[in-house]
Amino acid sequence: MSKSKTKKRGGVVHQFIIVDPNLCTGCETCESVCSFVHDGEFNPINTRIHRVRIEPILNVALACQKCDDAPCVRACPEKALEQNKETGSIIVDDDKCNGCAFCIRACDFGVLSLHIQSQKALICDLCETMKEEYIDPERGERYPACIDVCPKEAISLKDVEQIGEEKRIDAVKRLFGDILKETEA
Amino acid sequence: MSKTKEISVPDKISGFSQVRLDVDLTNGKISKTSLSNEFCRDWIGGYGFASKILWDECPAGVDPLSPENVFVYTHGPFPATILPTSSKYGVFAKSPLTEMFGMSISSGSVGAQARRAGVNMIVFKGKAPELSYMVVDDDDYYIVPCPELVGKGCWDTEEILREEFQDQRLAVMAIGSAGERMSKMACITNDRNRQAGRTGMGAVMGSKNLKAVCFRGTKGVKVARPVEFYKLAKKLIKVANGPATAKYRDLGTPAGITSYNKLGMFPINNHREGTWEKIDDGTFTGDTLNADWVVKKVACSQCSIACDHIAHVPKTHPDWPNLYASIDVEICYSFGSCTGCYDWPTIFKCVQMCDDLGIDAISGGVTAAMACELYDLGLITKKDLGYELPFGSTVNLVKFTEEMILGKGFAGEIFGDGTKQAGLRLEEKGIKNASYYGMNIKGLEMPAFDLHGMTSFAVGESVSIRGACHLRNGSYGLDAKGNFDRFAYDKPLERGKAIKELEDIYAIIDSYIVCKFTRGIYENDAEMAKVFELVTGIPVTEKFIQTRGDAIVTLSKCFNIREGWTRDDDHPPERFFKESHTKGPAKGVTLKEDGYQTLLGGYYEARGWDPKTGIPTDVTLKALGLDFVIGKLKPAGGKK
Repeated sequence: MSKSKTKKRGGVVHQFIIVDPNLCTGCETCESVCSFVHDGEFNPINTRIHRVRIEPILNVALACQKCDDAPCVRACPEKALEQNKETGSIIVDDDKCNGCAFCIRACDFGVLSLHIQSQKALICDLCETMKEEYIDPERGERYPACIDVCPKEAISLKDVEQIGEEKRIDAVKRLFGDILKETEA
Repeated sequence: MSKTKEISVPDKISGFSQVRLDVDLTNGKISKTSLSNEFCRDWIGGYGFASKILWDECPAGVDPLSPENVFVYTHGPFPATILPTSSKYGVFAKSPLTEMFGMSISSGSVGAQARRAGVNMIVFKGKAPELSYMVVDDDDYYIVPCPELVGKGCWDTEEILREEFQDQRLAVMAIGSAGERMSKMACITNDRNRQAGRTGMGAVMGSKNLKAVCFRGTKGVKVARPVEFYKLAKKLIKVANGPATAKYRDLGTPAGITSYNKLGMFPINNHREGTWEKIDDGTFTGDTLNADWVVKKVACSQCSIACDHIAHVPKTHPDWPNLYASIDVEICYSFGSCTGCYDWPTIFKCVQMCDDLGIDAISGGVTAAMACELYDLGLITKKDLGYELPFGSTVNLVKFTEEMILGKGFAGEIFGDGTKQAGLRLEEKGIKNASYYGMNIKGLEMPAFDLHGMTSFAVGESVSIRGACHLRNGSYGLDAKGNFDRFAYDKPLERGKAIKELEDIYAIIDSYIVCKFTRGIYENDAEMAKVFELVTGIPVTEKFIQTRGDAIVTLSKCFNIREGWTRDDDHPPERFFKESHTKGPAKGVTLKEDGYQTLLGGYYEARGWDPKTGIPTDVTLKALGLDFVIGKLKPAGGKK
């Protein structure tokens, strides 16, 4: 995951899973495939991306936000969690994790959970630990499976700089769209 | 079963959990057995499983609302996997509405949660001493009396139970007050906007004092050949978001309003007409609905399409502010064009009440349309109803609908159990020929198609096992797409074969159970067979699933025969033979009785059923492995 072409002033920008609530329909396919590529069975309770539906119309999914100085890492009494400085991903050392769930309590986004069988902490690692047999042959390398299967292309891998840039472009189109129309004419 | 033995069954099969629960609600006893590998192979899943269970275990001639009726929950091998639209379930029983094979299919999260809990089928018998709900929480199965839920709507029931379990993912299939009072039109609601609506399955739950069934599970689901399945599923997900399903995603099924109006096949004012100026001028179209009212498209679990179009009435609306309702073409027809109503918020309010208080919104709307026509003809009056109810009503249509659902007032007393009962009750009151205005086949209200200029579909819809239905064989396509001359009565056997072919594969779709909207995503039936093999490990073939589809349709037909079905039951309402449209492409056209009967005979012949009586021959029964039916087709006199 070190192939990010974007650099923050003074360091690497961490990319993370972002879901567009306007596109997300709440279909839960991301959750099912997440558990499948990691464990070989469909079980959304073991997902690392979490769909949230608030009736009647809000649907979105959340995964690890790659916080700087991540609270989950700080909260772990066993020092089982470590943040990869390059990718920002939180890596769980299953040998150290004792399932105390302090990380879950520390996370502001609710994106950690415990694996139902192993009782070890689960967190999105952008599919770095996906099973080899589920790597897309055309892609030839590990890549977040949820992005691959999301039927609405609601999930993407972005960093905060990209998100800001997209929002700025949207806002400008909204605010100054008339000028654009004139240039098209 | 000579035919099916050709397909070998591995020692261990996947996909199916094979767990059958038997629940005797009378004494609260729950027992657990296993569905055999051969049973799963031969009966495929949902519809197939239930056709066998109801034939074997539903007492012939049973009163559908008595404790002796058998209520079956079941699903196929796919829930919880990422196969598009896999999270579907079916409910089956003898129908109180048709007194024949009752079935209804729904989606949402129920199938997936039930599968993860590890159940494959629940067979309910008896009647709980008081209103109760059942819980399937992984391997914990129990029944909880719930007097506090009496009279609660489906939405409240779901919310209360999710709060109780502190689990917003709890899957809840619930009935509302209509189900509790055993309205023959009562539905089952889950995930707010998903209904097992048709044939009164909610009334059967109500008759058993079963308010709800809740599911949640933590078990992972493995498939037989995961790598190949993952590859195929990814392809199907992409295709399912492509052109094959565009109409269901973009405008949703209401896109059909305009196209069927052009053909003179969109029913207006209780099927008096098939075209409408409100559609021509753009007031009442899928485009307008989407542009002005739809705020979000939502998906069921594991669905790539997201057909659920949520409409919103703004906070400023004087009558129904801030209302959300789930809209599809069927309710645009039932509460819209069929009642002559083109006021969108009125339609949304009616469907929201149906979904929440618990009746089938197709049956409900078509029953309201019958009342509008009777009012128009002066056969029922303001004195009866307490208010006026002409075609095109708004506030009064809502009032009528609420009374009809809750069984209150004249509307509830006469129309609260659907068009067939309404006709009979009015005739008892001296209103001659009232049944003529009830647009139903076998007692089930018609879906959004007019039959005046649809000769193939007139047969396809009439032979439907569960009563008037477009989803048992989808043969409207044969007329709409021009496979046959839709005004003619030629080629009876060819038409019959075309309907049969569709019906067989639709029976498989309903057994898998996946959504009919995904019919077009498979390259062919062989690919449909392949996906079954990859998940279950049972090496079925295209030919095999087609034959099993044939067997499933035939066995459920045998159920109907045992309950007293006769050829006369496979017949569209008289209106289509006696009155024609005054405008549009089908102007002046009526169905012709002799022509219709010829086509019906062609269908029976194509099925290997006696062309005269419509009863499957012994040769056909043997060929389909249904030897166990032979000699047992004597009607039990159950049908009234």
